[in-house]
This record gives sequence, structure tokens and C-alpha cells, in this order.
Amino acid sequence: MVSQSLPHAGEFGREGARGVLWLERAHEWVVTVDHKKIGLMYIAYSLVFLAVGGVEAMLMRIQLAVPDAHFVSPEVFNELFTMHGTTMIFFVVMPLLFGFANYLVPLMIGARDMAFPRLNAFSFWMTAFGGLLLYFSFIGGSGLYGAGSAPDVGWWAYAPLTAKAFSRGHSTDYWTLALLVSGVGSIGTAVNLVTTVLSARCRGMTLGKMPLLAWLNLVMGGMVLGAISPLTAAQVMLCVDRYLGGHFFDTQAGGSAVIWMHFFWVFGHPEVYILVIPAFAFASEIIPVFSRKAIFGYPVMVAATVGIAFVSFSVWAHHMFSVGMPSYGNAFFVFSSMLVGVPTGIKIFNWLGTMWGGKIIFSTPMLFCIAFLFQFLIGGLTGIMLAAAPFDWQLNDSYFVVAHFHYIIVGAILFTIFAAFYYWYPKFTGRMMSETLGKWHFWLFVIGFHLTFDFMHIPGILGMPRRVYTYMPDRGWGELNMIVTIGAFVQTVAVLIFVVNLIRSYFVGQIAGNDPWDAWTLEWATTSPPPPYNFAELPTVRSRRPLWDIKHPEDPDWKYE
Amino acid sequence: MFRSLIPLLASPGATLAGFQPFPPHIFSPASTPAEQIYHLSIMVLIVCAVIFAVVGGLLTYSVIKFRRRSNDDRREPAQVYGSTQIELAWTVIPLLIVVVLFLTTARVIHGIQDAPEPAGAINVTVIGHQYWWEFRYPQYGVVTANELWVPVSDSNQPTPTFMTLLSADVGHSFWVPELAGKTHLIPNQVNHMWIDPQRTGVFLGQCNLYCGVQHAHMLLRVDVATRADFDRWIREQQMPAVEDPAVAAGRQVFETTACVNCHTIRGTIANGRFGPDLTHFMSRETIGAGVLPNTPENLRLWVQDPEAVKPGCLMPSMNMTPQQLTELVSYLESLR
Repeated sequence: MVSQSLPHAGEFGREGARGVLWLERAHEWVVTVDHKKIGLMYIAYSLVFLAVGGVEAMLMRIQLAVPDAHFVSPEVFNELFTMHGTTMIFFVVMPLLFGFANYLVPLMIGARDMAFPRLNAFSFWMTAFGGLLLYFSFIGGSGLYGAGSAPDVGWWAYAPLTAKAFSRGHSTDYWTLALLVSGVGSIGTAVNLVTTVLSARCRGMTLGKMPLLAWLNLVMGGMVLGAISPLTAAQVMLCVDRYLGGHFFDTQAGGSAVIWMHFFWVFGHPEVYILVIPAFAFASEIIPVFSRKAIFGYPVMVAATVGIAFVSFSVWAHHMFSVGMPSYGNAFFVFSSMLVGVPTGIKIFNWLGTMWGGKIIFSTPMLFCIAFLFQFLIGGLTGIMLAAAPFDWQLNDSYFVVAHFHYIIVGAILFTIFAAFYYWYPKFTGRMMSETLGKWHFWLFVIGFHLTFDFMHIPGILGMPRRVYTYMPDRGWGELNMIVTIGAFVQTVAVLIFVVNLIRSYFVGQIAGNDPWDAWTLEWATTSPPPPYNFAELPTVRSRRPLWDIKHPEDPDWKYE
Repeated sequence: MFRSLIPLLASPGATLAGFQPFPPHIFSPASTPAEQIYHLSIMVLIVCAVIFAVVGGLLTYSVIKFRRRSNDDRREPAQVYGSTQIELAWTVIPLLIVVVLFLTTARVIHGIQDAPEPAGAINVTVIGHQYWWEFRYPQYGVVTANELWVPVSDSNQPTPTFMTLLSADVGHSFWVPELAGKTHLIPNQVNHMWIDPQRTGVFLGQCNLYCGVQHAHMLLRVDVATRADFDRWIREQQMPAVEDPAVAAGRQVFETTACVNCHTIRGTIANGRFGPDLTHFMSRETIGAGVLPNTPENLRLWVQDPEAVKPGCLMPSMNMTPQQLTELVSYLESLR
């Protein structure tokens, strides 16, 4: 037992101190290899960075609310958008998704833990360290000899802006090294997820009988292994350029700026599918429960996901349509980018098919999933528009694209993450979140989201580029930017309500019991929260919904699947 | 609350372009590439709008029709696991839509990117710098900056402008929405684009690939003129700098300060290449790639301390005395 390695309470504490010292409790968390604790640490870590990234966004939105503003300097603004993007992707959404996957996958496949518990802990701490390293750049900024300030090269760090000649000091190096470090963490988690799903399923649970969340995290894990490697390679090459006299991307010495773009986007595009596929997983678990029907077309959902994963590795240069590739090169990427929309659309149709003929319950998790469906549809369609390269020649790198990807990252991914919080919080803590606060959170966030991101498409159409710290008053972008900023404030209020709900419910939330939602997957077969060993006895399953079979012995799934 | 954000300096953009009845946007094409893109985008928008109406309509319908009623008996509904026919239908139909969209798009890509250069085309070499544009007309021996003059093109006698895009430092992007889609300027790579403006006027744009601190102020003006006006402009640009003895003192300041290391004024000893060519500086409407209108007061502000106007730009302040500044500005004002 871990706590026996520490002195007894009373040796350091007061004589007769009751209970476990906070030091012992903290120590327990620091050295844990329990997938549930690691999952919660990932989630807590992400929420802190969500607040930080949100503050960065608000500072930018205040600066952009009126033309020619001087709220922040151009240097600070450029650091803000770089840090906002890098933080949100690598230190908010990815850790959130890894956290939920860590907690849920072993439970849902009837296992006691992940396949490699110590690798699991190592991966978390590497990711965490990466985030701290990135943010140290702010502190190291003014005064510490040799340290730079926060990176300001954009989250894609295009060459040759990142060359020593154009990025003096060490700010770019913080970006590179922080992501290299957290990349190691991501690869570790991916290895763990893939191995766990492939080898630790309980008896009777063939691949065709495991929950979609397990399938989609398996696919996501595979994609991480394929996508992080080119990023790591590119970052190592960048370090060689900056410090060892290399010229991979050094255009002044014959290097290629475009090859950085290829390496980055070969990572970058699959990365956004890595972010969205676990979001699909949440929707695929929550929508059936709140429609009271099994997921429509399980095998097609699996096939579509695998299809998306493969095709998504072939679309990357749609981020580079304006780079000067020849016409047939551009045409290929138009085709692959439009093609990936087909399996994606199929998934939307299957969720629709799940709700069809059901009995939809509008609890907070389902509200967020319904909004997800509409918003993902819209974001996906603006993606199809952008896949038409000539249209992209106009709108690429404008606020239209910023609106499009925030529609997906916030409107689809963050919405399903909120749904996942409301759905699984009872399992993690044993208490329900407040439905009242949840509905306030939902409606305010929907209003704020649409105020910001619907209107954000228009400045792009009017010619507003992204990554500009200000703009001229005669371009007609002022009023629209003001509306966008107001929406951001509304979203902030909504998220604050969510945080209050998270904290308050832990203390006064209604006791949840094992299965508050009358759901069908294995995590609901154990206590809330589960014991460290997950299940007293490892289950044996006969279908995709083991608890449905138990609750409906006259009409079990295994008769019909 | 936002008053504090509005600077005390007169808002520079207000007098820039003159009155524009509606801000420029991608759906008001004035040139063939922009027009072809416009037609394609309308078609794509219509297809997407129909998909949204159908799928969104079905989603809305299902959320209303299949909601659990308050008098529900709490029995589970019929469990339907899937349907092969439906899955096939909603796979095949989207695939067909993709094929149609792809073929239409490929045609437009080919039409724009592979368009042959006609005999009467104007050639411009565009070189992107941190934070200004260099324009060279090899056919005429003209070098200027930030404001691109081109002739209007007629479909009977086309005189499009074919541009070669280069960069002196980092990546930039040339985007004037009413004239064409954007194409990047990548160092160590040669890119091409073309425009054939069908009407005269001033078209605004700006750098569209993040290139550093003052990316936001690397603005573009394209002046589309009648052929006659364009030819006159070319002739004026080809002449060496005006030599006005009244501003000899200012010219002396220019030639003895470090200005000559970065700027060219043809006909003088100044032949620096790092900064914009100033030979016909007064023929431009703006200073600093669009950051200020070109007025004597603004010019004085700019020369005195460029960093205060455009923080992070690469032109240093030469810490001149007010007397030197007055003389220098008078000289620059003479460079018509």
C-alpha cells in the first residue's frame, strides 16, 4: 500500500491528528497508476488550461472589438493567438479526451485498468510537463537571461518565420520543446489505449460487441501514432536548423518553407480528426441512452470511423491550396477532402436514425448532443465549401476559416465534452450535477456560441485575414467584430456557471447511485465512483448492451444483433 | 467602456479609400478569376444549403416528433438496430454529390491555374517584404511599392496582369478579394497568379499569411486605370526623380543620413533595396503600406519615428532635429 511508505500521521502532524494528512492524499495522486485517478488528473489539468486559453481568447476579442484599438500591443497579440491555439489543442482538448478515455475505456470493456498502468502515469506527467514548459516562456520573458518570451509564430509555426533570423531568442524553442515533450505523452497514451482495447476486453466481448466509445478511442489511438510522428520529426528538424546549422527549412540557404507545411499538416489534419472522433464517441454513447434506443447501424458507424481515419491522412494539403501546388495536385486534395465528408455525413445520419422512433429525454447531456448535431452539420458543410479549392483561395486564412474550425472545435467537440461531463460526472463522483444550472449553462452557451461564430463568418467574406492584431475602420468589419466579442462574453458567463456547477455538485449534488440514467454499458454496473479494482467480479457479456440484457431478459440484444 | 480603446490620433483609415458604399467582399468580383470563383461558390453554397435544409429539417422533426411526452408509459420504444437499404442510400447519394462537386471544382481550378498568358499581358513581379510590397514592371523598367497600378482589361482585347510572386524574407500572401483568390509569396519559390480587372477603380486587400509583428498593416491597393491613364502612370514612373532646387537642403539630409542604405531614388546616389523605392513617392496615396494617408503631417510623423506609427516595422528612427525633419519632408514631398 502506497501510504505505508510515508511516516505515520502524527509524526509530522499534530499529536492526535485525525484522518489522512493532505500530504498523504496528494502523494497518493502523484504516484497513482490507477486509470481513474489519472483520468481525473488529465481532466482537472485541462480545465485549468481551458480557463487560461479562454482568458487569452477574451484579451484578443477585446482588442478586436473595435478597429484600430490599442488594448494590447501587436507583440502581445501575436503571442496570444499562438498560445491560445497551442494551449487549446494540446493542453485542453487532447488531455480532456485522454482523460475521459482513460477513465471510461477500461470500465466499458470490463477490465481492471489499462494495459500499461505505469506508462499511463508517465504519459500524463509528460503531457503536464509540456504544458508547464510552454507557459514558462511567459515567465522567462523579461529579464531571465537566455529565455525568450512566449512564442508568437502562430500554432503552425510556419517556416521561415521560425528560423533564427526571424525569431530571435528562445520563444520558438519553448513551442517546439513543449510539444515534443507532450507528444511523448500522447504516444504513450495511444499505445496504452490501442493495447488495452485489443487485449483487455472481458469474456464474451468480441470487437464487434464493444461499446462505440472503445472503438472510437482505438481508432483515435491508432491515428495518434500515425500523426504525431511527422510533427515530432519536423520539430527535431527545426531544432537542427536553429541550433546545429541545418537548413531543412532555411530558405535563405536553399531550404524549403513548403516542406515544413507538408510535415505540419500531415500531422495537423489527422490531429483535428483525433480531436473530433472521441467527441463522436461521447455522442454515440449518450444519444442512444436519451433516445431510449440502441445506436442505429453499429457496424456502419465502426466502418465509417475507420474510413474517416484512413481518408483523413490523405487530405492535408487542403490547408495549402494557396501555396502554389499545380492544378492536378490541388484537384487531388479537393477530391480527398470532399470524400472524407461522406463517412462523416453517414455518422450524422446514423445518429438521426437513433433518435428516430425513440423517446427523447431533454436532460442536459442530451441538450448538448442535439446542439452538437446541428452545429457539426453546419461546420461540416462549411468544411465542404472550403474543400472546393477556388473557394478556399478566397477564404483560406480569413475569419471564415476561423469560424469554420471553431464551429467544429467548440460547436461540436466542446459541446459533446460538456455532454460527457454531465453524463459521467455522477459515475466519477457519485453525485448528480444540477439540471437547473446545466440548462442555464446550455442555453447561455448556445446563444453566446452562435453570436460569436455565426457572425464570424462574415468578416472573412468581407476580406478580413486572421492573425491581425487590428484592422482599418474603412473595411466595414467593426460592427461584426463587436458582435463576435459580445458573444464571447456570453460564453464566458456560461462556462463560469458550468464551473460553479462542477464544484457545487461535488458537495451538495443528489446522490447518483450506480446507474442514474438507466443506461446499458458496463461502467454503470459498478458503484459510483467505482472501487479501485472496478468490478468485484469481471463480467461476461453476450451483446453490445450487457445491462439492457439484464434489465430486459425477455428481449435481450443478443437475440437480434 | 470602449472609448479608451479608440486612439487619440485621427483614425487613419477614414480618409484612405474614399467613400465605399459597401465594403468589398468576395461576392463582388471585378476580375475573371474572382468571377469564376464566385460562380463556383454560389453552386457549392446552394448544394450545401439544400443538404442543410434536408438534414437539419429531419433533425428538427425528429427532436420534436420523438420527444418523450409527459404522459409516457415509460416502456422502451421498438429497438431498431439498422437498415442496410437506408445505409446504402445515404452512402451512394452523398458520393454522387461529391463526384459532381469535384468535377465542377476541378474545372475551375484548371481554368484559373492553367490559363495561358496572352500577348498583351502586363507583367509584374511582386516581392513580399516584412511589412511592405515591392512591385517591379520588367517590361517598363518601373519599380514601385504598395500600390499596384494595372490597366483595365477588355474581353475583346484582353490586357490581364500576370504576376510573379517572390518573397525576400518570410511567407506572405497576396489577397485582393474582388480581383482573385489569394496566392502565397514563399521565399525560395516562384509562384504565379493573374488578374484581369473588368472595371476601373481602387481595390483593397492586405497580406494574408502571418508574416510577423506588423502583418496586420501590410495593406494592398490595386489601382485599375484606363489604358491611357495606365500608360501615363508608367511614363511618369519611368522618369528619374524630380530635381527641385528649392528642396536641395532636404535632399542633402536624405543623402547624408542612412536613408540611402535602404531606399532608392533614381537619379540620386540612393540605391538601397531593403526599403521601398521612393522615386515617385508622392504618387502613392498612403505611407507605410497603408498605415497612414500620405499627407505632410503624417509623413513627418512617420519619418520622425516609424516605430510609433507601426511598432515592429523595420525602419528605424534617425533621431533628426526638427529642422532636418522639415527639410527632409519638404524634399520627399517633391518626389512626384
